[in-house]
Amino acid sequence: MSDATAAPAQSRANQKKELPEHFRDYKHVWVFIEQERGEVHPVSFELLGAGRKLADKLGVELAGVVLGAPGEGTRAAVKEAFHHGADLAYLVEDHVLADYRNEPYSKALTQLVDAHKPEILLLGATTLGRDLAGSVATTLLTGLTADCTELAVDTDGSLAATRPTFGGSLLCTIYTLNYRPQMATVRPRQMPMPERDATREGRIVPFKADLDEELIVTKILKYIPDRESSKTNLAFADVIVAGGLGLQSAENFQLVRNLATTLGAEFGGSRPLVQKGWIGSDRQIGQTGKTIRPKLYIAAGISGAIQHRVGVEGADMIVAINTDKNAPIFDFAHLGIVTDAIRLLPALTDAFRGRLSPHARDRLAS
Amino acid sequence: MKILVCIKQVPDSAQIRVHPVTNTIMRQGVPTIINPYDLFALEEALRLRDKFGGEVTVLTMGPPMAADSLRKALAIGADRAVLLTDRSFAGSDTLATTYALAQAIRKIQEVFGAPDVVFAGKQTIDGDTAQVGPGVAKRLDLLQLTYVSKIDSCDPQKGEIIVERRAEGGVQVLRTRLPCLITMLEGTNEIRRGAIDDSLRAARAEIVTWSAKDAGIADLSKCGLKGSPTIVKKVFAPTPRSERATLIEPAKTAAESADGLVGAIFAKKASLESDMAKLASGS
Ligand SMILES: Cc1cc2nc3c(=O)[nH]c(=O)nc-3n(C[C@H](O)[C@H](O)[C@H](O)COP(=O)(O)OP(=O)(O)OC[C@H]3O[C@@H](n4cnc5c(N)ncnc54)[C@H](O)[C@@H]3O)c2cc1C
Ligand SMILES: Nc1ncnc2c1ncn2[C@@H]1O[C@H](COP(=O)(O)O)[C@@H](O)[C@H]1O
Repeated sequence: MSDATAAPAQSRANQKKELPEHFRDYKHVWVFIEQERGEVHPVSFELLGAGRKLADKLGVELAGVVLGAPGEGTRAAVKEAFHHGADLAYLVEDHVLADYRNEPYSKALTQLVDAHKPEILLLGATTLGRDLAGSVATTLLTGLTADCTELAVDTDGSLAATRPTFGGSLLCTIYTLNYRPQMATVRPRQMPMPERDATREGRIVPFKADLDEELIVTKILKYIPDRESSKTNLAFADVIVAGGLGLQSAENFQLVRNLATTLGAEFGGSRPLVQKGWIGSDRQIGQTGKTIRPKLYIAAGISGAIQHRVGVEGADMIVAINTDKNAPIFDFAHLGIVTDAIRLLPALTDAFRGRLSPHARDRLAS
Repeated sequence: MKILVCIKQVPDSAQIRVHPVTNTIMRQGVPTIINPYDLFALEEALRLRDKFGGEVTVLTMGPPMAADSLRKALAIGADRAVLLTDRSFAGSDTLATTYALAQAIRKIQEVFGAPDVVFAGKQTIDGDTAQVGPGVAKRLDLLQLTYVSKIDSCDPQKGEIIVERRAEGGVQVLRTRLPCLITMLEGTNEIRRGAIDDSLRAARAEIVTWSAKDAGIADLSKCGLKGSPTIVKKVFAPTPRSERATLIEPAKTAAESADGLVGAIFAKKASLESDMAKLASGS
């Protein structure tokens, strides 16, 4: 990670697992359920999906960890954890945990880990998850792998956590062989959303953390929610149209917006467009922007650099429009056309409009 | 006020190339820069100093050539630079890095006085973990404020600071006590251009250079590869998908090409058509 990947650190790559005695009873996979004001961050469900697979492979249980103020919202988060695959939930209810603050949350989670000993602990790579994970891993003196794109169990039962490295040019697989828990964070939308099953239940293990508001120094003076209108739904959109430098001007980028509007889709772009100011940073797609998982992703004039690729690979169908038949995007797109996007986009907008209009569909049905 | 800023020298990753056969990074000729996110931390530190007086110390752990980045920070306006460099730090993961940095900060405290605020960047562009800031805070038992977008007020006399912190879906206004550790969000300020006398001073300045021993690090087993719980098992290039994209032959007119493409999309996945029709009609 910081320097382990920056240095040629393969010298330990052949190291074997020699788990110290006191770590051997660390068992089960935990997912930290991120909830604020009763609303669970979807990344927690995605992690439950990934955690379920790890737990099944290891033959252990999957637990959701819910921290919050006593009440409806926190209880609802527990239920949702069960519905998304958890076998049990550790529930820490305390008024001190009403809103996220580093001090009480890292204390409570560390105490819980010490008491119930998970072998794997996963958190979302959100502002909250990253803030919390770094503190907890340092307190526990264990390994933490950030922004994983893939999680797997190795033959010896170790967690193999893969993440981009060197500014995303390469991937690396990281192990925390001899420390427990093995901790990792995963960005929202990196893992598929598991099926919700409202009939699924689990057992609750309550935990009393040693917390005292008097001893918590940091106080929340105010919380200013973002305006609805300023939020983009890019991460969760079913259809996304994006443009890259191939569009050549901010004016031409309008063609992407037009197609998106016609489709009722979201629009986004590659990083250079943010740097040029053609789009806002919340619309950047890729490693340092948003990870997306739409049913359809149309990329116009985007070369498909690895930093872009890692953000879009979860799409069901990737369609690329590029004048260069050797552009890397054709290596991972499903459908492609080698042509001028500036000419094609308006025609594509018309073609979709014709095909998807209620009129056309009625005709199709008869 | 005494303020400390952790900065890291990183390769300008926009210019990194990977050797196509050996999968190793071709570093030759890749320029190094101060991690761009750290400049927001440095600027915020300088603003606090300008307002309340005192001094800004920049600290980095890295190879001897990381002194270049420290000099740049001095030229921008920092007052003192400390380079922590030792072979035993090679291969440090974030946990080992935070151990070494925290020990160095303890030493700085001893020699130059205790910082009221320690700053770090949001994350680096090479390690890209955002873990080192929180790790240093934990090791030094400092209160931690990450993703700070604005310092609303700071009262060194009272030992109190109020900041705005980016949370998921909103902004938290937090009040805490000094000393604390702050990681700054990007785009929150604009790094100044150093004054002429700063750059003259920087060129001549002595960079405080410490080995592990100088920084009072007795336990080398907590440093470098040895002190890193994480192990990089393999580094590899992303595998191409087994098949390349199916290419649609462009037709004579854009309209025909577009029809062909739309047809191919729905031929590949039929359910998409009704899903998209619903979406397009806004239902
Ligand atoms: C640390 C780091 C993080 C990064 N994070 C991200 C990230 O999150 N997201 C991201 O997108 N990038 C990211 N990048 C940048 C990334 O490496 C690429 O530089 C970027 O994705 C390229 O954008 P582009 O495809 O729009 O431009 P280019 O690479 O310039 O590609 C333009 C493409 O358009 C094609 N073209 C030209 N004219 C036309 C035309 N008329 N019609 C159709 N096609 C045309 C060209 O053939 C070319 O393939 C990151 C880089 C670094 C170093
Ligand atoms: N070797 C280092 N020396 C000094 N500061 C560092 C070092 N590595 C990381 N940091 C600081 O920690 C922040 C987060 O780094 P990272 O966890 O690697 O993303 C950076 O922005 C720096 O402020």
